[in-house]
Amino acid sequence: MVIAGTESTRDTLWQRFTIAIPYIWLLVFFLAPFAIILKISTADPIIGLPPFTSMFDDDGSFVATVDSFKFLLTDKLYGITYLRSVLMAASATVLCLLLGFPMAYGIARSSPATRSILLLLIILPFWISFLLRVYAWMGLLNNYGVINNFLMWLGVIDEPFRIMYTDLAIYIGLVYSYLPFMILPLYATLERMDLDLVDAALDLGARPSQAFRDITWPLARPGVIAGCLLVFIPAMGEYVIPYLLGGPESLLIGRVLFDEFFVNRDWPLASSVAIVLLMLLVVPIVFLQRSQAKDAEGGA
Amino acid sequence: MNRGRSRFLLSVLAFGYAFLYIPLISVMVYSFNDSRLATVWGGFSTRWYGELLRNEQVLDAALLSLRIAVLAATLATVFGTMAGLALSRFGRFRGRTLFSGMITSPLVMPEVITGLSLLLLFVSLQQLIGWPGQRGFMTITIAHTTFAMAYVTVIIQSRLSGMDQSLEEAAMDLGGKPFRVVFDITLPLIAPAMIAGWLLAFTLSLDDLVIASFVSGPGGSTLPMVIFSKVKLGVTPDINALATLIMVFVSTGVIIAWYAARRVQRQTEKNMQAAAKQ
Amino acid sequence: MSGNNNSNSDSFIQIKDVSKHFGDFVAVDTVNLDIARGELFCILGGSGCGKSTLLRIMAGFETPTTGRVFIDGVDITDQAPYHRPVNMMFQSYAIFPHMTVEKNVAYGLEKDRVTKGEVKTRVGEILELVQMSQFAKRKPDQLSGGQRQRVALARSLVKRPKVLLLDEPLAALDRKLREHTQFELMNIQDELGITFVVVTHDQEEAMILSTRIAVMDQGRFEQVGRPKEVYEYPTTRFVADFIGTINMFEGTVADVGDGNISVDSDDASAPLTGLTDKTMQTGDEVCIAVRPEKIYISDHEPDNDEDTRLSGVVHDLGYLGNLSLYHIRLKSGKIVQVSAQNRRRSAERHLEWDDEVFISWRPRSSVVLTE
Repeated sequence: MVIAGTESTRDTLWQRFTIAIPYIWLLVFFLAPFAIILKISTADPIIGLPPFTSMFDDDGSFVATVDSFKFLLTDKLYGITYLRSVLMAASATVLCLLLGFPMAYGIARSSPATRSILLLLIILPFWISFLLRVYAWMGLLNNYGVINNFLMWLGVIDEPFRIMYTDLAIYIGLVYSYLPFMILPLYATLERMDLDLVDAALDLGARPSQAFRDITWPLARPGVIAGCLLVFIPAMGEYVIPYLLGGPESLLIGRVLFDEFFVNRDWPLASSVAIVLLMLLVVPIVFLQRSQAKDAEGGA
Repeated sequence: MNRGRSRFLLSVLAFGYAFLYIPLISVMVYSFNDSRLATVWGGFSTRWYGELLRNEQVLDAALLSLRIAVLAATLATVFGTMAGLALSRFGRFRGRTLFSGMITSPLVMPEVITGLSLLLLFVSLQQLIGWPGQRGFMTITIAHTTFAMAYVTVIIQSRLSGMDQSLEEAAMDLGGKPFRVVFDITLPLIAPAMIAGWLLAFTLSLDDLVIASFVSGPGGSTLPMVIFSKVKLGVTPDINALATLIMVFVSTGVIIAWYAARRVQRQTEKNMQAAAKQ
Repeated sequence: MSGNNNSNSDSFIQIKDVSKHFGDFVAVDTVNLDIARGELFCILGGSGCGKSTLLRIMAGFETPTTGRVFIDGVDITDQAPYHRPVNMMFQSYAIFPHMTVEKNVAYGLEKDRVTKGEVKTRVGEILELVQMSQFAKRKPDQLSGGQRQRVALARSLVKRPKVLLLDEPLAALDRKLREHTQFELMNIQDELGITFVVVTHDQEEAMILSTRIAVMDQGRFEQVGRPKEVYEYPTTRFVADFIGTINMFEGTVADVGDGNISVDSDDASAPLTGLTDKTMQTGDEVCIAVRPEKIYISDHEPDNDEDTRLSGVVHDLGYLGNLSLYHIRLKSGKIVQVSAQNRRRSAERHLEWDDEVFISWRPRSSVVLTE
């Protein structure tokens, strides 16, 4: 619709208007906040409202401290927490991939009629409240919850097996919540793949495992990347799942951020935590956006 | 070596779907549990549904959440459609990369960061210009609009890029100015995508806990916030009832929408086949 | 039309009582077939007739519900596709999009653990054969449809399989390319001596390519024979109609003679004579079928008394350069198609619309169909 040279001023005007409205909104409500976080992370915490010092001194000179960053980088607790968050998010991503890939493959290979229902069943939980789905697991994993009751009734165990408030529970919660995010992009890529390709490889002498390695996996890669990043990035900052399902030793960075902010009222520190988390995530985020753009242009 | 699913795939699929649905079914079953101990069965009863409907805190929160969701979804759809149009149809314009980046980032940003950043913005704005005074409805709506907009844009963008441009070109050839063409041709064609976007934004807004927690103020408790505060203490039977209600409601909506969409698609295919036969 | 001597009558491919059921649906219904070594065999049929299913059974992607398949004496029915001495060329070509032409062709050899040197030589040779050598390093998305088809062909030939299965090999090509490729296929097959089994819905293609054709409908073989046999002597109405054009007169046997019958038909004003060695009785329902090119057309009555003759009016005509096509409307209302070669430039008076004409044919030019 961009017809160079033939546009009247009125046309360009309304185009500019259409771009401008969302643009300005985003600049104000998305980009500017990040600048503010940066600014606050360089301030000092004080008691009061708002609980941080201004950026400018009384005489107008610029004041910034990196105290909160120093604290962050020197106190081991934070380093460990970041590391633990990365490990948990990464493990959850791998688990989602292990379970999600065969499911996506199975759905892609099924008949069109079945496929429709299978997809609907994957999407349905996604629309049901995230919070409620995590809550559902609380009932199952409790010491006297459904799973333990079932196992005791079967006679497999005598005492309740402690699942709740452990790392295991967090993993279950993470995989449960993020599985559809892994399956959908994987399915989209696999569905586009010509099914004949695997048959052709088999016909040429490849065993099923070889056909998977040589043909299916390389062609599914864009979907795998998208799925993994769509799980890893949000999982890194997860708050609700570790809070409800995890124990006190499973401290993750999302919780740290929340607590520093609301409990300790140390806004500069909370901001620094956010900045460092962002920096950790910048690489995957950019990677994902690049890969999406490439996928949109080129196609598999 | 059959083209059909191998046994391995079938069992993984069965396990996966069971994994996804057993917790939900369990909640629904226990919502009819007569006992106050949520997971020890005490007989069939619907008392928790009754109690739920008398719970003012929950009802107020639900109302607030709905109001926010409707407004945020509508704003997000409007802005998202504009953004989607801009990105798909306006070619290269200055600042496009930044725009595109800003649009898609909220999709993956951890909610704690989005929530924190917005709260800090509101606080700073409060300092600078005195607004917003009381955080609550307004601030939550703004926050939800901002991140839901990203989802709507992606939906509209993908719908537009898959759409045949020759329809718009034909309209322009017949004398339609670009502005009119958008309203006469493009928007009606992407209407289903806009509806889907609205529904998605609505759901995201209704469901959001973290961001709302950051940007709300005293008295502005959304439904997820109320649920969370109850649930922190453990499994409670009236939440089972609430959860079941929400699940049934949402599922019905999604299933209806799904089948409606399929029927429309089938009807279009039938029409095309009938036309081809003539 | 293939210049092949299949003097070896030992069946190289044997399909014995093969059936394939998908639930209640019978895709392949008790099929028996013997294909000789070196044949270019075509399975011809419309969509849904089961030909692709049969091909996939031979390739190993489907297991027959009943029956066995033998290749060169070996029962391969239960063998996986990667163990069979059979290769397939897919209708969609199924070229691996993430590999170059070279790598695509080399894939099968690499799976067989052939040495790198030999892989290189054989890939080079086969690419020469299909004239794709200069595209060796290209990726599939840089190739045209015809070029991709050659890559698919090369890839399936390089392993020197005993049997090559081709699924609608020419369907995606435009007309000129198709004609060119038809002859190429036949030459390659001749040179390499591989047994080809081609599945197609295009009867012209089947007629040109094959040594023998099997016409398939609803999971069964209606007729198996050489192209000429199938064309000149169809055994069922389906085959007669499917291959080329044919005029069919339905009727009942009025009189039975020695090797011939007289048939009364609502479509014809006079009884039609047909030659048959089947035992028939008066009252039997039959069809007399005759091809358009076998019918003489003229504006005056034919003098040969043996010929079946009918009169009618030119309903429509088309001049194709090399031949003229006529649609003649008989008194009964039936439309008969007649084609005549334009041998001479303007010897006789041209026939025009609404002219009254006589059509006639020799009884032995027609076929008597009971099925």
